[in-house]
Amino acid sequence: MHASELAQYVVTGLLVGGVYALMSIGLALIFGVMRVVNFAQGDFMMLGMYLTYYYAIAFHVDPLLGALLTLPPFFLLGLLVHRTFLARVTGGGDPNREMDAQLILTLGLSLVITNATTMILSPMPRGINAPYATKAFAVGPLLLNQARSYAFLMALALAAALYALLTRTDLGRALRAAADDPEAAGYQGIDVRVMHGTAFGLGIALVAAAGGLLATYHPIEPNVAVNFIVLMFVAVVLGGLGSIPGAFVGGLVIGLVQSLTLLLLPLQLQNVGVFVTFLLVLYVRPQGLFGRRARAV
Amino acid sequence: MSERARGWLGIAGVLAVGLLLSFVLTERYHHRILTLVFLWAAMGLAWNIISGYAGQISFGHQAFFGIGAYTTVLLAAKLKLTPWLGMFAGAGVAVLAALLIGTPTFRLAGIYFGLATLAYPLIFRIVMDYLGFQEVAIPMVRDHPILFMQFEEPRSFDLLALALLGATLVLSRLIEGSRLGYSLRAIKENEQAALAMGVDAFRCKMAAYALSAAPAALAGAIYAHAILFVVTPEAVFGVLVIVQTLVVCLVGGVGTLWGPVIGAAIMIPVSEILDGTVGDRLPGIQGVVYGAALMAIMMFAPEGLFWRLRRRRAPAAVATATGTAPADREREAAPPAAVFGAVLLDVRGVSKAFLGLQALSEVSFDVRQGEILGIIGPNGAGKTTLFNVLNGFLLPEGGQVRWEGDPITGLPPHAVCRRGIGRTFQVVRFFPHLTARENVIVGAFAHGGTPAAAAARARDALARVGLEARADSLPPGLTTLELRLMELARCLATRPRLVLLDEPLAGLSTDGIEIMSAMIRRVRADGITVVIIEHTVQALVKIADRLVVLDHGRRLAEGAPSDVTRDPAVIEAYLGKRWLARHAAAHAADLRP
Repeated sequence: MHASELAQYVVTGLLVGGVYALMSIGLALIFGVMRVVNFAQGDFMMLGMYLTYYYAIAFHVDPLLGALLTLPPFFLLGLLVHRTFLARVTGGGDPNREMDAQLILTLGLSLVITNATTMILSPMPRGINAPYATKAFAVGPLLLNQARSYAFLMALALAAALYALLTRTDLGRALRAAADDPEAAGYQGIDVRVMHGTAFGLGIALVAAAGGLLATYHPIEPNVAVNFIVLMFVAVVLGGLGSIPGAFVGGLVIGLVQSLTLLLLPLQLQNVGVFVTFLLVLYVRPQGLFGRRARAV
Repeated sequence: MSERARGWLGIAGVLAVGLLLSFVLTERYHHRILTLVFLWAAMGLAWNIISGYAGQISFGHQAFFGIGAYTTVLLAAKLKLTPWLGMFAGAGVAVLAALLIGTPTFRLAGIYFGLATLAYPLIFRIVMDYLGFQEVAIPMVRDHPILFMQFEEPRSFDLLALALLGATLVLSRLIEGSRLGYSLRAIKENEQAALAMGVDAFRCKMAAYALSAAPAALAGAIYAHAILFVVTPEAVFGVLVIVQTLVVCLVGGVGTLWGPVIGAAIMIPVSEILDGTVGDRLPGIQGVVYGAALMAIMMFAPEGLFWRLRRRRAPAAVATATGTAPADREREAAPPAAVFGAVLLDVRGVSKAFLGLQALSEVSFDVRQGEILGIIGPNGAGKTTLFNVLNGFLLPEGGQVRWEGDPITGLPPHAVCRRGIGRTFQVVRFFPHLTARENVIVGAFAHGGTPAAAAARARDALARVGLEARADSLPPGLTTLELRLMELARCLATRPRLVLLDEPLAGLSTDGIEIMSAMIRRVRADGITVVIIEHTVQALVKIADRLVVLDHGRRLAEGAPSDVTRDPAVIEAYLGKRWLARHAAAHAADLRP
């Protein structure tokens, strides 16, 4: 195999991984602050794909812009879901005893969203005809699919925006305080419940935007959630549960692993590579490649 | 009627109702629903063994369901093996898979375990697709239909499923009453405490996982023949399998025999009937119903229907407040002047650091048969770390601990406990959903034996600390003193020869300290050697024969209580240099005869 061929696989993997990274930081943010594994994350991503699709169909909004426009409504939706359901049950306690109501609640929510979408919008796959979906940039010997390249850059920008929000603003500091020590944060006058809602809203908004970006080159159907939630889990565990930079890198790694698996295994087994990587990381380094906070064993 | 008898009667009741329904119903469609209720109840019970009793939430239990289905059907299709044998082969493969999956996975705790289990059915699904088993039809064998589980009579399948349900109920009931059952519940409630009480947590989890894989595989095999006819990866390894399992358990209640049965009896007919009536027009209706049920149960009765109903029937078992009959308060005769037996525990040069903080550095001392040794030191001196090294929670970087001459450094906590070293904790670690008696029974099982023998040992231990009257109370309803006494009883039930008591007097009233001190002397009088940690010196001086002083992880002093408490180095460690300087004169005067 030529070096350029390998490089092509790496680049393709990284481009796809950028969108995985954006999805995963949403999940990591929610886990980091609320200590809850959100099983419905994939479903909000799927809804983000549909919203981007309807923006494109109804208002001829370019999906790249449409993806950005999913942020405000999904942030509000996240606040609403948190206030209506999650805030009313126990959860997020001891990270070693995660059998809590919030976890199961998000699982139930995921089932309801996937299946209700199937009922209402039919299981038929749809697609957005983005003009750049089938074009590629040629960089030397490498071909970069345009849709994936734009999606990658947008994902990078949104991730950077989240990072700036968390590290440079008072809201970010309050979020991090609520994540580190909810009780002490409470004593400092931080309303932990509001922070949880905010984290949930932000996490949902980010994954919806990632869905919008994904929609530029991936078919839109209700069942898409199941496949992607697992990839997000893998990315987040890879990066260390709750670590946002970790989840970002985890997402890139997943893209790479998927792409490079193709060199070794047939297409059908593409995700076996991902799951085996996942198990290996869990067994060898359960705190993740970068994590230090969450204790796993 | 005893709890035990009620359990067996309940199982008989479930089977009787099942049989009755099977004979009353006539329509094929109704039999299908009945079969499904039995199968999902059995699958739920299988999941409940590892996730309910042991609290290790498995999100990948459909792995075993699918293994059972595929093994049975492939053996019939390729080798013409009758499914009556094939399903047991499937159960065998599933148990083997459980052992292989469990070995690395049980090193992970909590949510990490759950996430890891998630990966296996996903992998199996992809691999089955890849191997060309996307659709494996059950071979039609016209000449021996019964031999190949192909019944005309729809009743046959629900009887078969009912038999599996009955067997799984019996298995669960046997586990509940056994040493394994107590150990699993103890692991779920407080794994560290369970380890310290001699529970080999890893083996218990593996046993529970293997035991739960077998019925799951049998359920998969029967499901394939009764419902599917064509086995696909999606149908047996898919998300819906684990969703239905979780739904029947969580709606009904986990950690009990009856939860999955109740959950299946409600949820399966509802979802089947909805699917049958409006499923054509609304293809996702089953998923919506299951999802909504999960959300509703978490919002309104997160413990599940069984526990909710039971709590309503028996409102918060009012504490039978007859007050503890305190042990004899009179001070027992002082021990025969410090001549004690052979060295029981020999601690040599033990060191332990946490991220650069030297918690223990080269600590050495002996514990002699029959003495009460006090270990004192200011907060942060390394006292609890020392106990954690002694009972096997922590591995020291240097040094050695010998028990009657044998090195025990590096032994896991349960093995240390079984050697005869019991311990209690600074903050009492109880099993909150087990009664005081059951808490003590967990300890009483440390050396095996029958449940009856363990119960008898537990009764003795409770009597020894004067807590018989509170035996049926749950720990959250006990006072601090009662909790400390219960923890002591639990420790004594492991039949220790040495007990490590971590601040047994902390948080007690003056009376409580008296009672506890008397109890500790009595423990020694019964021939058990005692090592106590305290940071308040006063109380300890009265009961200890000898003191070891720790400060910043070092052994500062050792000797008779009266000498040690006057040691300037000790006073400095507790009160600081300036205090010492200011009081040096007075102190010197004090020391003069």
